Amino acid sequence: MIEISKLKVHLGEFRLKDIDLCIDEGAFFVLMGPTGAGKTVLLEAIAGLTPVLGGRIAVGGRDITRLAPEKRGVGIVYQDYALFSHLTVERNITFGLRYQRHDRAAAGKGLSRLVDELGIGHLLGRHPETLSGGELQRVALARALIVEPRVILLDEPLSALDQGFREEIRLLLKELHRSSRVTFFMVTHDFSEALTLATKAAIMHEGAIVQTGAVRDIFQRPACAFVADFVGMKNILPAFFDGTTAKVGVLSIEIPHRHRNSSGYLAIRPEDIVLSLKPLESSMRNSFTGVITGIIDQGFLYEVHVAVQDLVLRSLITKGAAVDLGLDIGLGVLVSFKTSTVHTF
Amino acid sequence: MARREPFFWVSVSCGIVVLAFILLPLWEMLTAPSYAMLKETLHDKTVLHSIWLSIYTAFAAAAIAFVFGTPLAYVLARTHFRGKRLVEGIIDLPIVIPHPVVGIAILGVAGRNHWLGQVMSELGLRIMGSTTGIITVLTFVGMPFYINTLKSGIEAISPRLENVARSLGAPLWSTFARITFPLAWRSVLVGFIMCCARAISEFGAVVVVAYHPMIAPVLIYERYEAYGLKYSQPVAVWLVLVCLTLFLVLRALALPGKKAA
Repeated sequence: MIEISKLKVHLGEFRLKDIDLCIDEGAFFVLMGPTGAGKTVLLEAIAGLTPVLGGRIAVGGRDITRLAPEKRGVGIVYQDYALFSHLTVERNITFGLRYQRHDRAAAGKGLSRLVDELGIGHLLGRHPETLSGGELQRVALARALIVEPRVILLDEPLSALDQGFREEIRLLLKELHRSSRVTFFMVTHDFSEALTLATKAAIMHEGAIVQTGAVRDIFQRPACAFVADFVGMKNILPAFFDGTTAKVGVLSIEIPHRHRNSSGYLAIRPEDIVLSLKPLESSMRNSFTGVITGIIDQGFLYEVHVAVQDLVLRSLITKGAAVDLGLDIGLGVLVSFKTSTVHTF
Repeated sequence: MARREPFFWVSVSCGIVVLAFILLPLWEMLTAPSYAMLKETLHDKTVLHSIWLSIYTAFAAAAIAFVFGTPLAYVLARTHFRGKRLVEGIIDLPIVIPHPVVGIAILGVAGRNHWLGQVMSELGLRIMGSTTGIITVLTFVGMPFYINTLKSGIEAISPRLENVARSLGAPLWSTFARITFPLAWRSVLVGFIMCCARAISEFGAVVVVAYHPMIAPVLIYERYEAYGLKYSQPVAVWLVLVCLTLFLVLRALALPGKKAA
């Protein structure tokens, strides 16, 4: 368990203010926030790489606030992988072994198990500069995990990767978390990563934690305008997938391509949802009837809440269009959106 | 092709002037002595001894800079502390102090009137007119070049690499030895060369502290004073050739060969 209380860090102009966090043993915790919010500083403070001005950090009940980084049992994986370019992949991975109390046989076993799990056996003799982004990330993960830390800190592990690798590494992270008993603490700015990987999350803004809790709660019930804005997508729905159809409650929604799992989430941006009174002559395959339950003024736009069966969809519509349609609470409308606007994860 | 701006031609002309200014005198000097004279000089024990002394003392100075300067360069590259600018300024001082002043300053400390000089003479260390004195002076003038070069080399290495090493269990010392130093070795070598080059070219400070034993620049000066240009040139040629060869070899080692690291 990681317990952070009243943590204060001053780093040049930058400040972390009274950070309080509690993360369960073995959890997959995600810290989100925009660039410059202080996420990496917090990671480095936990790892002991940034001097702490006040407060307390404890891992597994042990106060580590003033401990040297090498004595904390906290591993860190950076966004740019930070592999040692003068060493081979194998020597990168085994770098930390000599500092651990272990017997050689167990270490060898640990190496071969990790190498198998990460599928990097063929890379061991190579140097990092010849590796692809996905491979670099695997090596960095192996290097951090082989010393069996209590906590592993991941600094945006997916954001530097190409789309293809990103999916791959995301699944891998989930797998690694399942197979090890290590607590994962990941920084990201991508909410779909948070939803698929984490159970609990925190949102950071200008050096402070502004909301913490279950990931879905944060997305569905943002505590403040900043979080709502940061989260962006407002229609996030749990779904079951069958081919290119998603079952959301009693609705069947067409999705752009097959999903690898039988269940997950789908999301639709409110600006992609079109409201009309009569069926539209368009290519929009998803069209449902519903009733307006709320209209919220957002300056140039209205956010219209429409109850469709047992769920509520949020749509953004210009004020002019709203007047033309004569929208009002209780009015029955058609809710339509293109298949291609549906995000699944 | 677009017409070149006048500024381009100004730059080119100035560049040619600068290159000619550097190369012409050197070329004249290198080609002035006849082959026979060069050969004869090479049989002169005094010349050989002075060139060897120059090289040996310069390397000794660089080695001292390496031992004492490496940890300091690391601290300056990686930490921020109050008065860091002052420390950096102090390190740069030997670059701006006139050379004879350096010699006089060192003699002031090493002389019998200073407690440090007394301690040293009791230990049997003599600065005035000794190889020790030459090495002391050369270290003084060469040190800043080593420290500054290595400092920027270390600054170019991502501190994240060290952070990762620490988080994997490596203490600071081990992190330096296994990560930072192997990654910075090229800067170490370049700094070493810079320090040597600066040391080997020193004259003013050495001549004050130790006229004898004679390093090559002092010998060249003495021959010039006593016998004229013609007799000093062959020694100068040999000194330049030996230095150039040495530095080219070191430089070749330091340049990025693909798999060298």
